[in-house]
Amino acid sequence: MGRLDWRVARLAGHRDETPTARTLLLDVPGWPGHLAGQHVDVRLTAQDGYRAERPYSLAAPSGGDRVELTVQRIGDGEVSPFLTEEMRIGDPFELRGPIGGWFVWRPADPAPVLLIAGGSGIVPLRAMLRAREEVGSRAPFRLIYSVRTPEDVYYADELRTPRPGVDVRLVYTRKAPDGARTAPGRLGLAELNSHGWPAEFAPNCFVCGPTGFVETVADLLLALGHDARRVRTERFGPA
Amino acid sequence: MDIVTPGFRGRRRERDRALPPGQYLAEDFPVLSAGPTPRVRPEGWRFTIETETGETHAWTWAEFLALPAETPRVDIHCVTRWSKLDTEWRGVALDTLLAGVDTAADFVMAHSFDGYTTNVPLEDLLDGQSWIAYEYDGEPLDSEHGGPARLLVPHLYFWKSAKWVRGLTLSHADEPGFWESSGYHHYGDPWREQRYQGD
Repeated sequence: MGRLDWRVARLAGHRDETPTARTLLLDVPGWPGHLAGQHVDVRLTAQDGYRAERPYSLAAPSGGDRVELTVQRIGDGEVSPFLTEEMRIGDPFELRGPIGGWFVWRPADPAPVLLIAGGSGIVPLRAMLRAREEVGSRAPFRLIYSVRTPEDVYYADELRTPRPGVDVRLVYTRKAPDGARTAPGRLGLAELNSHGWPAEFAPNCFVCGPTGFVETVADLLLALGHDARRVRTERFGPA
Repeated sequence: MDIVTPGFRGRRRERDRALPPGQYLAEDFPVLSAGPTPRVRPEGWRFTIETETGETHAWTWAEFLALPAETPRVDIHCVTRWSKLDTEWRGVALDTLLAGVDTAADFVMAHSFDGYTTNVPLEDLLDGQSWIAYEYDGEPLDSEHGGPARLLVPHLYFWKSAKWVRGLTLSHADEPGFWESSGYHHYGDPWREQRYQGD
């Protein structure tokens, strides 16, 4: 079976990240493995043969037949409400991949890494953080994660746990946690300057989130002197 | 055998024409790029066609705008599965740009200002099938969507429609471009669902 043949996946478990986002733990027999940052295609088929397909980022590094996706529910979406609310443990669907060889972190690369996420854009970046830990990489990582409110943070426990060589900075755009020293606001140049890597360190930058967010952040990184060739972007749209 | 997912019905819509397999209709105009958006000023813009013999043909922004323009109304299909119907563009047909170009090449590499490349057979650019577009929906094409000008080859997946295009090189050799080197299909016909290598 090739990498791009459809495989049967079964929902083995799930974990709610926020009131509108759920991590799906899937069993995919024969999964060929993947790099952090890659995505899969999901295909759902109805009783009468009607099909819907969508791409989703892989939320965790490769680990045998287990595949994790985190799906943000889009209110009027066709696929995400089903995946996050209706699908039951044991239910089968189809999946193929891994797909994408550009927006990936390669474990052998020792260069510093700057991860910048807006909202659900954290998903492939979380896979990179987890991959770093699993392979015992000493590449220094920094994550800047922009969310609306503290309730919107995915993987909150994980991100709170201190890890040597990984700095995590949360930016709240609408409501900051009680006792926060910084008022809520959009991610700007000052924040990127203080909590990112200096351009001289030539970090690999991965920016993922909604289009407007990615456009803004990528422009700011260039303004701070980062080389456009080191700024990799992935834009999320509604699905 | 089809794997039916219990309980999944989907949200079907009535439409007057079919979409390519695996696509859904997008209401907005999503953006997909591998890196930062280059901001290209018309003053610095030049569009160059280089043939397999090294002969070049180049247009400044003013010269380009003075060429006869067309207003194609086309459907576009992104490999990430959204399709958008009846999009309106204004631009110069590749037939016009290639009319004075002497070539025996079969293959084209499109180059963009950000270093992006994509490959297309020359015959897919001719006979009213492609344009260098500089307006979308009656407005100058904004930089997020590839302005000042992008290639528009609507019968192939939209990654072939290189944003921020700065030129074409014509060649006897069929080389892969950026996404084509990274697992995506060499040709990219949405109706045959040629998304990835091997499809």
